[in-house]
Amino acid sequence: MKKPEIKESLLAPGHKACAGCGEALAARIIMDAAGPNTIVTAATGCLEVFSTLYPQSAWKMPWIHSLFENSSAVAAGIEVALKAMGRENEAKVIAQGGDGATADIGIGCLSGMFERGHDVLYVCYDNEAYMNTGIQRSGLTPFEASTTTSPSGEISWGNKTDKKPMPEIAAAHKIPYVATATVGYVKDLEKKVKKALSIKGPKYLQVHCPCPLGWAHDPALTIKVAKTAVQTGLIPIFEMEQGKITSVRKIAKKQPVEEYLKLQARFRHLFKKPGGEAEIKRIQQIADNNIEKYGLM
Amino acid sequence: MAKPEGVVAKPGSSKKYKTGSWRTKKPVFKHDKCTDCRICVMVCPDGVIFGADKEYHADMDFCKGCGICAEECPVNDIEMVLEVR
Ligand SMILES: Cc1ncc(C[n+]2csc(CCOP(=O)(O)OP(=O)(O)O)c2C)c(N)n1
Ligand SMILES: [Mg+2]
Repeated sequence: MKKPEIKESLLAPGHKACAGCGEALAARIIMDAAGPNTIVTAATGCLEVFSTLYPQSAWKMPWIHSLFENSSAVAAGIEVALKAMGRENEAKVIAQGGDGATADIGIGCLSGMFERGHDVLYVCYDNEAYMNTGIQRSGLTPFEASTTTSPSGEISWGNKTDKKPMPEIAAAHKIPYVATATVGYVKDLEKKVKKALSIKGPKYLQVHCPCPLGWAHDPALTIKVAKTAVQTGLIPIFEMEQGKITSVRKIAKKQPVEEYLKLQARFRHLFKKPGGEAEIKRIQQIADNNIEKYGLM
Repeated sequence: MAKPEGVVAKPGSSKKYKTGSWRTKKPVFKHDKCTDCRICVMVCPDGVIFGADKEYHADMDFCKGCGICAEECPVNDIEMVLEVR
């Protein structure tokens, strides 16, 4: 039997993402699902830096980086330009940003893109901190994670807030499609990208991407860490269409949050410092609230 | 006139840089129990596992040796071994 041709990804190898990078895996799956007739913008961050180290580029499709905060605005401009040229049926537009770019710095531009109704898919690569500048907390850093700006130490435990509800914030703009996905389930991610791109108007996709460096886990465990996040209830995977939840990934076998936390050194203090048990209980409460709110079981 | 700013790079030119030199462990595909599930192909962050018909391999020019393929292989047909150069 003849073996099929080797098919190289639209995000070419040779990029400088760390070994086991969840964001690199997500980007590769998303680009191959979107196909070559796609114009991509990127915010400043790991994905931009590791894929376009001067003078090389890993992108095999039109790709542009401008600033940290404006990848959605640049994408909106591209979409309008395609329309003005009468060529909007020739290419899809994807805007990308990290969690910092999305939930904090670029949230204004993103809100504007939603409000004006641009036909763009916005992808948030959620690795739960500003990784490219050395692990500073963002609005999507989870409760009690230790980062360089929310360190665990004598007088503090870690990050004081829980994840900002970005998918709900996006959905509140009455956009047609909002979804969460994870590199733990790549087939589901692939499916959601294709579905999003088949819908006209603004779309928001938030992808949970473990970061072996920032979360301090074994690079081989990227998929396992991502799956465990889902199976504890800490990362709900769902779709919202026209503001309503239309599908959720059910938890197959509920795991206690410890199973997730213990894989990562950013939560190590919870197991070492006296009083850690009470903090873990609070994290379990977050997971249980998610399970109830999204109907995960 | 203002000078144009920015850089235009050739598509896929990242391949000039061989990340394989980063590796300390390499995946060995045993071609024994493979069921053609293609999970290794799907989960490689660098997209450098190729093959078909139960015979897969990683492109050693680029494989960074993260070990995700070996960890995720449902039949343990991939083993990470220390690389001796
Ligand atoms: C306006 C502005 N502020 C700060 C920076 C510095 N900076 C570059 S990348 C980055 C972190 C990006 O974090 P995130 O968006 O979460 O992406 P990640 O690197 O984690 O993928 C920061 C703070 C910048 N380039 N521009
Ligand atoms: Mg980030």
